[in-house]
Amino acid sequence: MDDNAGASHARTVLEGPDIARALTRIAHEIVERTKGADDVLLLGIPTRGVHLARRLAARLGDIAGPAMPAGSLDITMYRDDLRLRPARALARTEIPGESIDGRLVVLVDDVLFSGRTIRAALDALGDLGRPRAVQLAVLVDRGHRELPIRADYVGKNIPTSLREAVRVKLAEEDGRDGVLLGLRESAPTPDR
Amino acid sequence: MSKTLIRGARVLGGAPQEVLIENGVVTALGTVAEAGGATVIEAAGRILLPGLVDLHTHLREPGREDSETVRTGTRAAARGGYTAVHAMANTFPVADTAGVVEQVWRLGREAGYCDVQPVGAVTVGLEGKQLAELGAMHDSAAGVTVFSDDGKCVDDAVIMRRALEYVKAFDGVIAQHAQEPRLTEGAQMNEGTVSAELGLAGWPAVAEESVIARDVLLAAHVGSRVHICHLSTAGSVEIVRWAKSRGMPVTAEVTPHHLLLTDELVRSYDPVYKVNPPLRTEADVRALREALADGTIDVVATDHAPHPQEDKDCEWAAAAMGMLGLETALSVVQHAMVDTGLLDWAGVAERMSFRPARIGRLTGQGRPVAVGEPANLVLWDPDHRAPVEPAGFASRSRNTPYRGRELPGRVTHTLLRGRATVADGALTDAPADTPADGARA
Amino acid sequence: MKRHLISAADLTRDDAVLILDTAEELARLSDRPIKKLPTLRGRTVVTLFFEDSTRTRISFEAAAKRLSADVINFSAKGSSVSKGESLKDTAQTLEAMGADAVIIRHGASGAPYRLATSGWIDAAVINAGDGTHQHPTQALLDAFTVRRRLLGPDGGLGRDLSGRRITITGDILHSRVARSNVDLLSTLGAEVTLVGPPTLFPVGAEGWPCEISYDLDAVLPKSDAVMMLRVQRERMGGAFFPTEREYARRYGLDGARMARMPAHAVVMHPGPMNRGMEITAEVADSPRCTAVEQVTAGVSVRMAVLYLLLGGAQPPAGQTPAAEPRGARPRTEENH
Repeated sequence: MDDNAGASHARTVLEGPDIARALTRIAHEIVERTKGADDVLLLGIPTRGVHLARRLAARLGDIAGPAMPAGSLDITMYRDDLRLRPARALARTEIPGESIDGRLVVLVDDVLFSGRTIRAALDALGDLGRPRAVQLAVLVDRGHRELPIRADYVGKNIPTSLREAVRVKLAEEDGRDGVLLGLRESAPTPDR
Repeated sequence: MSKTLIRGARVLGGAPQEVLIENGVVTALGTVAEAGGATVIEAAGRILLPGLVDLHTHLREPGREDSETVRTGTRAAARGGYTAVHAMANTFPVADTAGVVEQVWRLGREAGYCDVQPVGAVTVGLEGKQLAELGAMHDSAAGVTVFSDDGKCVDDAVIMRRALEYVKAFDGVIAQHAQEPRLTEGAQMNEGTVSAELGLAGWPAVAEESVIARDVLLAAHVGSRVHICHLSTAGSVEIVRWAKSRGMPVTAEVTPHHLLLTDELVRSYDPVYKVNPPLRTEADVRALREALADGTIDVVATDHAPHPQEDKDCEWAAAAMGMLGLETALSVVQHAMVDTGLLDWAGVAERMSFRPARIGRLTGQGRPVAVGEPANLVLWDPDHRAPVEPAGFASRSRNTPYRGRELPGRVTHTLLRGRATVADGALTDAPADTPADGARA
Repeated sequence: MKRHLISAADLTRDDAVLILDTAEELARLSDRPIKKLPTLRGRTVVTLFFEDSTRTRISFEAAAKRLSADVINFSAKGSSVSKGESLKDTAQTLEAMGADAVIIRHGASGAPYRLATSGWIDAAVINAGDGTHQHPTQALLDAFTVRRRLLGPDGGLGRDLSGRRITITGDILHSRVARSNVDLLSTLGAEVTLVGPPTLFPVGAEGWPCEISYDLDAVLPKSDAVMMLRVQRERMGGAFFPTEREYARRYGLDGARMARMPAHAVVMHPGPMNRGMEITAEVADSPRCTAVEQVTAGVSVRMAVLYLLLGGAQPPAGQTPAAEPRGARPRTEENH
């Protein structure tokens, strides 16, 4: 899935300030739902989920006081579609603190689609320890779930068709913030 | 009374002529006026050569009939344009007695595709320790004059000296497989940049050259003939060239594969390229071609070495050494020597028929294409082009390094004393030709 | 990366860096409570060892098991290795058992290449050492170790060994480790120098992408890493050197020689070590010696190789698509 696929036809559905507002809102919701617990651990799913987790951690620090830890959770080796494509380079798994045991883990990702990535992330978490609870925060929920998974925190619900592609751009990776909606280049096989 | 007329063939590559053969002998040459009742072979565009003579053939019988027999080997020879082959002595049992050489000789006569001239072992069991009964082999029906421990080197200088001296009594020749054994222990391929990279034990050129140097000096010292088997390096060429310039009694052969293939092919680790001596470098190939052209190397000999598939269908180190040669030799020579302008067809006849017959002291083979001479002839279509297809080989084995490679030329007819062993490119039924007085009439 | 791993020479710089980076991520697995990944679940990996090498075999076995592959150990030693037909038959037997990868150790140079190219089997072939030819995963673990020591675990990510001077000392002639390392380390930009007595160099090594020296003392002060190869005592029978003592004196690494190396330079050894021959106990046990780290690195590197060869879609035979050639850091652009 080429990043530029349909880029010429893509339209922006969220601008930078929209993303910032969405993240701030999610941060407040997290504080609210976790009742200010001090054992919350944000784990971003590479690549963009990690940046989002860091941004959320910074906001949570602003709201709740002490800096909130943010790490990363690479799910490559747990994916169920590994055999469909050439082997991928691995990303970093970084768990701040001792371990995830007994903590409240909030998974952070950019787009929630089929739910398979989150399924893989739950498997990966299981191999790392036993959190007391796991929650999910996403910037965009585009629908079309293929597994019984839902997000606890959603920046924006964007109804899409399977022929469409959602692209999240973040300054850390892409030089600017924005969410684009365009047409997929390939046939609409629900894959992720 | 059989009568055959060949029309339009270019004798030794010269102008087209007609050749009339009656009762196995050439009876007219040039323009034949009267040829009533003759079988006519239309041969326009073909080259007429004397039947080829191979000084170095492994027929494997007795003992390794799974890889070749005298019959299959001589059928392969006929397809390659040969009318005489020298059968090497490294059979099981070794051809080191009159009994074994006579058996091989008789099997050749019975097959009837090609004269089989056995080579006798120099030493008992090819072990390099005790001289075999060279005289008895010479005096046998097989009339052996060429002796060789081929496959192994006669590395003991005293044994080599004695052998050279001994065969002077009957004008024999020792054909030396030049390979210093200590320098080639476990050797797998030519020693050089490729062996270094592939991690295969090196087979240094000096292992061949040092033995050749010793043996030309020994031959000169005792005044006997030495023949160098399958010479493979540029250094060997230089030594033979030097020896000949001093008038030393040495002759030398080169195989078709050493005229064409290099050790780069070993990168495939395909044992079809494993051979003794090993494939050498491009520079060696160039030197060998030049030496064959200028006469430093006297003859092309095939070292036809059949092996069953299981001996090649394995890892390199476990594989047997050797390649088929009889059915592709003339094609390789045309490709490497004629098409490159290094040799004309008369030169090919000299190196693949006349000279090898003289070295082996054959009297009925390697004769000129002339009135009154035995009609051992081959018709060659030099314009034919086709990839080598081992499935069509007459040999029992398939270990050719040329599979799929496009090579020029094709034998259309081979005549053994006037009788076709190959006609229109196909082997004839067993010609059952029993020479009245043998190859050495 | 190709479908098989036969020779270190087959790896491009980017292939090699990708393997090292992947291994670096996988190395972190050993700090986790569950040292296992589900990645190769349902895939069958066969170790086919025609030569004894417990160290290499268990390293591959551990790597495959940590990726959840099913591992079948096939020790073919003694079962008529000398006849090639057995290699073919054995290979086809493994194929029939559904092997997805065959990790082969063989005494004959070229046996893994033959296995991969003969059409006998479809499985991916990984060379675990063939004759005196290649041992690519050993070179990868050596490169991994030296990159970690010189650049750091994180500092090395995405980087090669440009400008690093690595000396390999010992029996070059009979060493598949030396050949693999010359290929891989030079691909990674290192300046490699081979040192040993002239009898233990192959004729033809002049063309290799490295320097050749017969004088260890001259090379030591200019080395960032010195790799000592095992020298087999049996070689004396081939008159490669006069006595063990003379070899040790001229080409062995002792404390005094180690002191002449730059302070940051490390000593490497592929093991098993011949203490007193090519390396003294003092050096072997010093913190500069990476022998034990190399063993640990072996598992990570072999996991990386197994993952990159088997973890993704199987490229059709004959084609050689890379594990995604996208540079050192992952840039996933996927819908989630």
